[in-house]
Amino acid sequence: MLTWLAQILHSEFLNSAPVQTALLVGSGAAVVSAVIGVFTILRGQAFAGHALGDISSAGGSASFLLNISPLVGFLGIAAIAAVGMEFLGVRKIREQDIATGIVFGAGLGLSSLLLYFDITSTSTTGAAVTVMFGSIFALSPDLVWPALIVAAIALATIALLYRPMLLSVADTELAVMRGISIRWVGLLQLLTLAVASALGCLTVGSLLATALLLGPAGAALHLCRKPGVAILWAVALGLLAVWVGIWMAYESYYWFPTPWPVSFFVVAIILMLYLLSVPCQYAFRKFAAARTADNAGS
Amino acid sequence: MNKHQLDRVRHMHNVPGAVTPQHEQIPCPVDLMTDPTVVLSVKDLSVQIGGRLLVQGVTFNLRAGELCGLIGENGSGKTTLLRTLVGLQPSPHGRVTICGLEPAKSRSLVGYVPQKINFGPDVPLRVYDLVQLGCDGHRLGLRWFSRRLHQQVERTLSAVGAESFAYQRIGELSGGQQQRAVIAHAMARQPRVLLLDEPLANLDFRSANELVRLLGHLTREHGIAVLVTAHDMNPLLPLMDRIVYLAQGRAASGSVNEVVEAQCLSRLYGYPVAVLRYGGRILVLPDVDPQKSDNCYLDQKDAADEGQV
Amino acid sequence: MFASFMTNTWITATIIAVTAGILGFFVVIRRSAFAAHVLPLGTFPGAAAAQLLGVQPLWGLLVFVAFGVVLLQQLERLGRKDVAAGLVLVTIMALGSLFLSMSRAYGEATFSILFGQLLGVSRTQLLAVAIISAFVIAGVICLFRRLLLQSAFPELALTRGISAGMTNLLFLALLGLVTATALPVVGALLVFSLLIAPAATAQTFTAHPIKALALSIVLSLVVIWSAIVFSFWTNWPIGFFVGATGAVLFSAARTFRYVRSRWWSRQRFVEPTHPDKEHLDHPHHQDADEHHHH
Repeated sequence: MLTWLAQILHSEFLNSAPVQTALLVGSGAAVVSAVIGVFTILRGQAFAGHALGDISSAGGSASFLLNISPLVGFLGIAAIAAVGMEFLGVRKIREQDIATGIVFGAGLGLSSLLLYFDITSTSTTGAAVTVMFGSIFALSPDLVWPALIVAAIALATIALLYRPMLLSVADTELAVMRGISIRWVGLLQLLTLAVASALGCLTVGSLLATALLLGPAGAALHLCRKPGVAILWAVALGLLAVWVGIWMAYESYYWFPTPWPVSFFVVAIILMLYLLSVPCQYAFRKFAAARTADNAGS
Repeated sequence: MNKHQLDRVRHMHNVPGAVTPQHEQIPCPVDLMTDPTVVLSVKDLSVQIGGRLLVQGVTFNLRAGELCGLIGENGSGKTTLLRTLVGLQPSPHGRVTICGLEPAKSRSLVGYVPQKINFGPDVPLRVYDLVQLGCDGHRLGLRWFSRRLHQQVERTLSAVGAESFAYQRIGELSGGQQQRAVIAHAMARQPRVLLLDEPLANLDFRSANELVRLLGHLTREHGIAVLVTAHDMNPLLPLMDRIVYLAQGRAASGSVNEVVEAQCLSRLYGYPVAVLRYGGRILVLPDVDPQKSDNCYLDQKDAADEGQV
Repeated sequence: MFASFMTNTWITATIIAVTAGILGFFVVIRRSAFAAHVLPLGTFPGAAAAQLLGVQPLWGLLVFVAFGVVLLQQLERLGRKDVAAGLVLVTIMALGSLFLSMSRAYGEATFSILFGQLLGVSRTQLLAVAIISAFVIAGVICLFRRLLLQSAFPELALTRGISAGMTNLLFLALLGLVTATALPVVGALLVFSLLIAPAATAQTFTAHPIKALALSIVLSLVVIWSAIVFSFWTNWPIGFFVGATGAVLFSAARTFRYVRSRWWSRQRFVEPTHPDKEHLDHPHHQDADEHHHH
């Protein structure tokens, strides 16, 4: 057992710098996305999560142009968009599908413009791919610490607001009756969503970050009833998808003529996990019903 | 009320005239200007929504252990009035005090059960969790396990009769069970006043009776003042101590016999009203032939009962 | 810009704009923004695969259109559960990115497929687009009344015997064909904007169906033509101009409507009545108050 562990730790895979960067940033992204993803789904704001990802693409493109850290670029735009969404009323976003769709069109158009500038100014064409689909192996190691710190802050915020967020997700009026300020809780929730979105963009690109946000959380919600346990499941599934995805992408260098992108593997694994969770929820419901019958009997 | 105020209040004497409760309760602060037995006091309140005035001149008092029915047709402003009482809706005129405090400051003394209770089937909360959040949902930080909290939740669940489905997901329960869950949530901090918005509206006959029994239990055994809105007063008649009747943008309050009678309601509606009583049930007929505006007892036995009351 | 080599581009773009304007009108009426969102992204791997195989994007897209339509039907049957739909869409995009990664011009191809490219259009392509568009327009003309009735009054249409499922399928097929023609020009991410923005703007201005349809086509032409002109001058991507123009038009329309409705409500402001308590005992006064309400 120990030799096997030692083998893994000393393997070329874990000792290569890009892989280490990828694993650390990806894990941070997975954890934060999973936790906030649970709340996002419960609040019915899945579309907002999707939106933030698309809008962040403009920030990522801009960061190439301004030669700043992509984390700052993604996070800055996402935070501004989150604050804007809260003040416009996120609840309205779903009703006005058309208006939001058009706004995204404009936002994505802006990204296209910025990416065009990237291409012409740096005469490399990789920017589009990095921003839209992620190039986690190409991330600079300088990003690791800032990313993990930001992730930790987001997690601390969620831990602090755990109970108010849970109650406001269940029913808004009941939360108001308990004296919870819905505005502040909503705003902070959106800001942590922005962090998750930014980290997800770094990991799998802005077009695919939604998978990291909604997939593990959605699967976890199928599997259990207690909120705390759901969050733990989501984190576990997210980490699993990211680690296995990174490993498979690394190994694909040997398997295929050209290596396949990390984001493809991560997203495919997440979809698989989600699809597996769908039939599981029925099994769990039966199990839970049986246990409730026992409880009631005793 | 902050913790210090609450502690100070706890040391005061029990409110005279209130029913002795089974668990520890927070007595109302004694306000020399008002009657200490009054738990909810409304003076000349105007109710508005979206800039439109719905009702004005609402005045009534509610004491501990009393059940008051807020009766009116759809659109008469019942829900908005209730929301104004708990501070969810601003009011342009009038005064509401709960145990002598403003609604915003007395949130812990009030339990509110809204009309539309709609938990999606995905929400991973059990009834137990919802009641737990009723106790401490506003606190920051993660929750440590506390035996006292657990016991409080269990007590609330049994008081409301929700133990049998306490560990199921809220979204999977029937409408009546979900309502019980929300009532338990509202009761979690042992409020002095419980306000329910049209709780009987979507219940079948048997569930409605069960709910009425529960409300009676809460008022008698726990000494809680209960305010219930409804468009039909009949299910609540056995329990109602007082009634607030809303019509035509005005309100009349008092006991059932004072308010639900032809003259008073004719004044309220502004046109002739007849009131029919039969077999313990009441039917209000607005806009009748002016000569028929009267209190009718279709059964002489009812008239005799009324005479005794 | 009007050189001979651009003639084909202008013609193709015009045809695409007209069909997009027509289909977009129905998309907005049917509130199928979801379909307009899914179809471009669902057919995107087709363009990527075409890139990989070295053929024109149009052929790859056409192959994937059937796939896209079936996918959309399945997703709608899932009850539009946000999570499931989002995940499937994202996975398909990841598949597209996989195809792109295997091709030689990874970066450029990604950019041009996502955001569109002002291409030199060949004769065969022009012909293909023209034929497809003619087919689509013919289809719309055949189904016009059905579509209108079913979009506006689905229950009424059912009683008339118009099957919702069949109409929906045909409509989605037409939408898929338009998507396939438009995607190479404006890009997968902006097809939605091209379909929706002109039509939504048109419907903000008028509720009359024929007028709205005509306006939708006109605005769609405005969007595409201005996008081509600007893109030609600045060399900036076409998708940018499509998105920007669409957003400007739409917000202008909405602002106009908002300002107009505020102006109207100020004209007709009604004082809320305050029934006087002293008049409680006088039924006649009561009646007078009642009339003041209206």
